[in-house]
Amino acid sequence: MSNTKLKRVDLIFEKDCSAKEILQKAWAMTKEQIINELLESGLKGRGGAGFPTALKWKFTGEQPETERYIICNADEGEPGTFKDREILFKVPEKVFGGMTVCARVIEAKEGFIYLRGEYKFLLPELEQKLNAFHKVLDELKIPFRIKVIMGSGAYICGEESALFESMEGKRGEPRNKPPYPTISGFRSKPTVINNVETLVYAFMIGKHGAQKFKDLGTADSRGSKVFSVSGDTPIPGIYELELGMTVEQFVEEFGDGDTKAVQVGGASGFCVPRKKFKATIIGFEGVPTGGSMMIFNSSRSMYNVLKNYIEFFEEESCGQCTPCRVGCQQLKLGIEAVKKGEKHAAYLDQLMKLTQTMKITAKCGLGQSVANSFSSIVENFREEMIY
Amino acid sequence: MPEIKELVKSLADKYGRSRESLIPILQGVVANHRFVSDETMTEIARELDMSAAQVYGTATFYSFLDTVPRGKYVIRVCRTITCAMKGKNLILQELEDLLKIKVGETTQNRKFSLLETNCLGWCHKGPAMLVNDEVYTEVTPEKIREIINEYTKK
Repeated sequence: MSNTKLKRVDLIFEKDCSAKEILQKAWAMTKEQIINELLESGLKGRGGAGFPTALKWKFTGEQPETERYIICNADEGEPGTFKDREILFKVPEKVFGGMTVCARVIEAKEGFIYLRGEYKFLLPELEQKLNAFHKVLDELKIPFRIKVIMGSGAYICGEESALFESMEGKRGEPRNKPPYPTISGFRSKPTVINNVETLVYAFMIGKHGAQKFKDLGTADSRGSKVFSVSGDTPIPGIYELELGMTVEQFVEEFGDGDTKAVQVGGASGFCVPRKKFKATIIGFEGVPTGGSMMIFNSSRSMYNVLKNYIEFFEEESCGQCTPCRVGCQQLKLGIEAVKKGEKHAAYLDQLMKLTQTMKITAKCGLGQSVANSFSSIVENFREEMIY
Repeated sequence: MPEIKELVKSLADKYGRSRESLIPILQGVVANHRFVSDETMTEIARELDMSAAQVYGTATFYSFLDTVPRGKYVIRVCRTITCAMKGKNLILQELEDLLKIKVGETTQNRKFSLLETNCLGWCHKGPAMLVNDEVYTEVTPEKIREIINEYTKK
């Protein structure tokens, strides 16, 4: 047990930052230099999936089609995540700035922020700041414009291809992949789609250079990350921390002394039980997270937690593919039946098999990732599912 | 309904008449009327020159685009895990008692609708709820009484 506090980082919310200066600096560099700097930093997407940001930009910029778009994914809907709202509230200029630097690399003229309907209250101020930012772009003679598009309450639209469908006025149903957005995204044109936080890091790497970012974190998880901490903790909130800590270190600082489990990565993430705190690293080498950290103490029933997650997925499934639509319904009925004693405990193993089938056959990340929380909760808290 | 016709036309003038304008137009209708009726969908289809089925398909996909009549103030209480842990059920109970309706219902005077919703992104300040676009966090039964009181007077 160590008593040292986890290192706080202040890149995302750092106030001393002139968007104009960073943009001027970026415009003095070649596209290749910007990509190389990002590649060197090791920045991976902060939405959860962790694709190297530099490569996304590079692939999109290499497409023969010259009508290209940069989209900021602000459809933050994963249970336990609320960092993007805070970033857009406190430092929206940095998000705009990150989009503009990307626009330079992929030569895009238009960018969009897809903001979830639940955050509509942010819109008036966001548009006001966007107007001021556009004036800066005009001063710098940068031909780029950003528009905010509102979502309307659908978790699935955080899935990139569903988001494009929604922006095109359709049902938010994920597309088949490939082709990936770098080749065919919004309006079937090459598109970079990045999480809010990723864009801010890309912008701050433009300010400080790759080294400062690279000095933080581990070989697989470079840099820092904004964590949304909630649940049974005396200090819920938003914290920017260096990557590479174990769940044990995290719990020592944020737990209430009676932590039984931590759900890392939201409903689609993994549940880490107490016995695995020490051996589990929070990051791409261990349990990845888009920032959601939900803490549960020993007074909580993990059956209730799992049931809440399954109900969430059942409702948010777009219904397009059978494994996800029917799978989520059956998982919910199944755990309820086991709990009531209508089914034998061994039925849980059948349900685990079902989640594995969903992992292989579901069309998009929603259906595929139900297995993560289901397996990790059922495996580690089996008796709570039965009695 | 000439009034709906006018509204759809003005929204189409503002957002355009392409498929991409569809969701902004539907959002505009909901902001004005709290729901999109079948007649409105037909009217939008006519104005945008697309099939009514396409309009219906999009409108019914999104949980904030209501297609059944709602009250002037739509209350959405977050039901996701951390809000549930912080006493969401007490909040719902208080709202049901005050408004004398169940979840999913609308008051007789068409003033309030009570709904549950998925994660609102305020997990560190639960329980959270929306009244139309306005957010209320760390609500308690006492606060609920004050909030409802305010809206009743409006």
